[in-house]
Amino acid sequence: MQGEYEVVIGLEVHVQLSTASKIFCASSAAYGADPNNNIDPLTFGLPGSLPVLNKQVVESAIMMGLALHCQIRRFNRFARKHYFYPDLPKGYQISQFDEPICEHGNVEIESGDSTRTIGITRIHMEEDAGKNIHDMRTSASLVDLNRAGVPLLEIVSEPDIRSPAEASSYLKKIRQLARYLGVSDGNMEEGSLRCDANVSLRPRGELKFGTRTEIKNINSFKFVERALEYEIARQHATLKKGEPVIQETRLFDSNTGTTHSMRSKEESADYRYFPDPDLPPLVVEESWIQEVGVRMPRLPDDYKKELIDKHGLSEYDAGVLTSERSWVDYFDSTLEICGDAKLACNWITSELFGLLKKEGKEIEESPVKPEDLGTLISLIKKKTVSGKMAKDVFEEMFASGNKPEAIIKDKGLEQITDEDAIRKIVEQAFNDNEAQATQFIEGKDKLHGFFVGQVMKLSKGAANPEITNKLIIAERDKRK
Amino acid sequence: MTLDLLTENEDVTLSRLKKLLSSKEISSVELTKYFLERAKSKDDLGCFLSLTEEEALKQANKADEKIAKGEDAPLLGVPLAIKDVLTTDFGTTTCASKILENYHSPFNATVINKMLDAGAVLYGKTNLDEFAMGSSNENSSFKPVKNPWDTERVPGGSSGGSAAAVAARIAPASLGTDTGGSIRQPAAFCGITGIKPTYGRVSRYGLVAYASSLDQIGPLGLSAEDCALITRVISGKDPLDSTSMEMEVPAFDTEISKDIKGMKVGVPKEYFIDGMQSEVSEALAEAKKVLSDLGAEIVEISLPHTDAAVAAYYIIAPAECSSNLARFDGIKYGYRAEETHDLFDLYAETRSEGFGEEVKRRILIGTYVLSSGYYDAYYLKAQKVRRLIQNDFLQAFEDKCDVILAPTAPTTPFKIGENINDPLAMYLNDIFTIPLNLAGMPGMSLPCGFDGKNLPIGMQLIAGPWQEQRIFNVAHAYQDATDWHTRKPEGV
Repeated sequence: MQGEYEVVIGLEVHVQLSTASKIFCASSAAYGADPNNNIDPLTFGLPGSLPVLNKQVVESAIMMGLALHCQIRRFNRFARKHYFYPDLPKGYQISQFDEPICEHGNVEIESGDSTRTIGITRIHMEEDAGKNIHDMRTSASLVDLNRAGVPLLEIVSEPDIRSPAEASSYLKKIRQLARYLGVSDGNMEEGSLRCDANVSLRPRGELKFGTRTEIKNINSFKFVERALEYEIARQHATLKKGEPVIQETRLFDSNTGTTHSMRSKEESADYRYFPDPDLPPLVVEESWIQEVGVRMPRLPDDYKKELIDKHGLSEYDAGVLTSERSWVDYFDSTLEICGDAKLACNWITSELFGLLKKEGKEIEESPVKPEDLGTLISLIKKKTVSGKMAKDVFEEMFASGNKPEAIIKDKGLEQITDEDAIRKIVEQAFNDNEAQATQFIEGKDKLHGFFVGQVMKLSKGAANPEITNKLIIAERDKRK
Repeated sequence: MTLDLLTENEDVTLSRLKKLLSSKEISSVELTKYFLERAKSKDDLGCFLSLTEEEALKQANKADEKIAKGEDAPLLGVPLAIKDVLTTDFGTTTCASKILENYHSPFNATVINKMLDAGAVLYGKTNLDEFAMGSSNENSSFKPVKNPWDTERVPGGSSGGSAAAVAARIAPASLGTDTGGSIRQPAAFCGITGIKPTYGRVSRYGLVAYASSLDQIGPLGLSAEDCALITRVISGKDPLDSTSMEMEVPAFDTEISKDIKGMKVGVPKEYFIDGMQSEVSEALAEAKKVLSDLGAEIVEISLPHTDAAVAAYYIIAPAECSSNLARFDGIKYGYRAEETHDLFDLYAETRSEGFGEEVKRRILIGTYVLSSGYYDAYYLKAQKVRRLIQNDFLQAFEDKCDVILAPTAPTTPFKIGENINDPLAMYLNDIFTIPLNLAGMPGMSLPCGFDGKNLPIGMQLIAGPWQEQRIFNVAHAYQDATDWHTRKPEGV
């Protein structure tokens, strides 16, 4: 990357889980409620309140751990991490410290044209903090505790990432997996996915790591690359000047695209971790892991492989379809009806995606249900409707949400496959255009297209093209 | 109020009050007013921080309606006092701290709901050492509690108000909490009976935490029988407290009259130390004789790690305290220092002004022992000691005995002000009670004599986890054979 220097990056990704309730109490974990609506005694840190673990959080962690090939810890403990801040109502965050639920995993990411394996150091469960809001008008600080206690998984990678592009690819992979597993919506704008990056440079060939900085507050894929690029350039310039990189935490400013120092190592807080005495140790039995494993949806990589090997899709198409679970689910349901993977893939990635994009809709909101698309494709295969007409039918389906059969019937778009009927139309076309017919019979082959056009015009496009072709040739030969 | 329930031979035991109520000789409202009046007339003892008169009379009225309909419940119509470290959605919950002076909890502690469901009338919140930290009740931010046996002396702590109220018959029974002896030591100092159940037996939901892994709620009363009834009412797994355990709750009170013949009573040699008040050892020797006469077999046992208990406790408890009390920061509720100029200042001033000396001492100790670089040497080491102490008990109960008999405190009540400037002397007061909290074992203190100054002496009965029934049975047999628990302070 930087010539004589190698870039070393490790990411800490916070995945907000989309459980119904918070990690240690019954309040809703949903995003977007009015301030301080999703609260209860524990969220508020009231005296006498106690935490009770939400089992769903553990299952989400196990799923994520299995997807990232981690070892799942059997004997887990929660720890308290202490610091004073108004958005932390108890004065400590319940997290995991030296006994995280998942360890020693790895994940394959795309890097340029090839793939690389990135080690996963650990995944642990913890609660989110609330939000401080500084009101400029009144210069008051307000606290919204809706987010306090919302479950998070913190996924820490090994320092195996070697470029900003890889960092972005890694983050996308984590997001994809989280969405596939249904554990998080991975929505970066709403803060469901947040990322801190540790980055350092070292001379190529050097085994020892250089001094690292930690960049906080990265909240989009674009910013991951920009923040890292800036920071790498900054460290590079520092090293070139012969100055040392200072170990510190730096904040990314998305407005300027730069990072600035937040606190140095010396100023780092002593969190006084200790096991939370309000929560008994969490024992994860092997049978529980197996049970969760059975309920786990198939992972994108497995799916992709199947699409290529079993259904003959291209690497590219399989990659596109599996990038979102909702897409591959849609594909699955379409395929079940029509039985033609290639057609299903083409219709989804070109026609459907085109219309969805135009309307700014997600696939979940598609007016065309996958079963109906499957039916339409079946009708094409049965030659009930031509491919060209099917596009019109599809647009109508998208606009009205009606079933394809109904639209075809209503508009009389059903394809004519009856040979006698088509033959009559062909004969009429020849009779109506005597001059062209004569030329065609005398050997001017390119008039074939003209007669196809005529037949289509007369049949309002309903004549089956293959049969039409065949019968035009037959009519010509007959008249020779 | 002409009603007088206290005569030479009559006392306000729960069984008697229940009989008076169910036979309609007295109404719950009358009884509640009786105790409210007594509380007011003996206000100088400092037992209560607040009386919840209006709410209590409502509860009493409801109880009377139920009694009229012939309904029954374990505590129906019985007025009881609550340590002011348990949250109630009526009145205030102050923990005897300036930082929560006007705090109103929006919810009831689970034990409060259980008591109300059992028909109890809760008419006041009793005084305590601030946040239950102390052994003399001198650490209350509002007022000290005086010992009804000698008003110049402390009632013990931290449940000093709960114990003194029962001793003065201002309350027939009360709820206290015990983190290092806070039910048992004041029970001993006030000449009454009190039990700390097994850790996990009673839900801590709504108990304002001091040291979560040690805190446990329990009753203080005039007899083992009264304590057994309340223990049955408040016990059981609570989905709101993950540390409460799914264990069967025996009918402690109805199963109380069991022959203790052949029961093995262990006496740990480590609990009879130099410097102990001789009258305490003598009273214990007498108690051994009584139990032996009742058919119990007295065996000497050893709990070898006893001497490390106080040290381990004063690492673990402050560590948890420093964490549990972090929430009192002046941001969301409670006391907030005025005219502070930034966030740090707001925290520092609020906590400096809001907490008392002993609480601050423990927060500082706890913060220190959890700091990086010290954690292993202090907190982790203390946890290892804790395990050794627990093993001592488990070993003794497995090999040697069914219950353990020990003194509750090395001395009888000391004078107000005597130990307040000597934290170490104060801490050593809990030397015999602390090991049980570390081990999670149940333990009861009950009266077993008086010293030369007519100050009560308490003895402890300890059992293995979930074996409270054994304690109740031995204590009941002992109280059947003795009358220490029926003695009243002068003027009561």
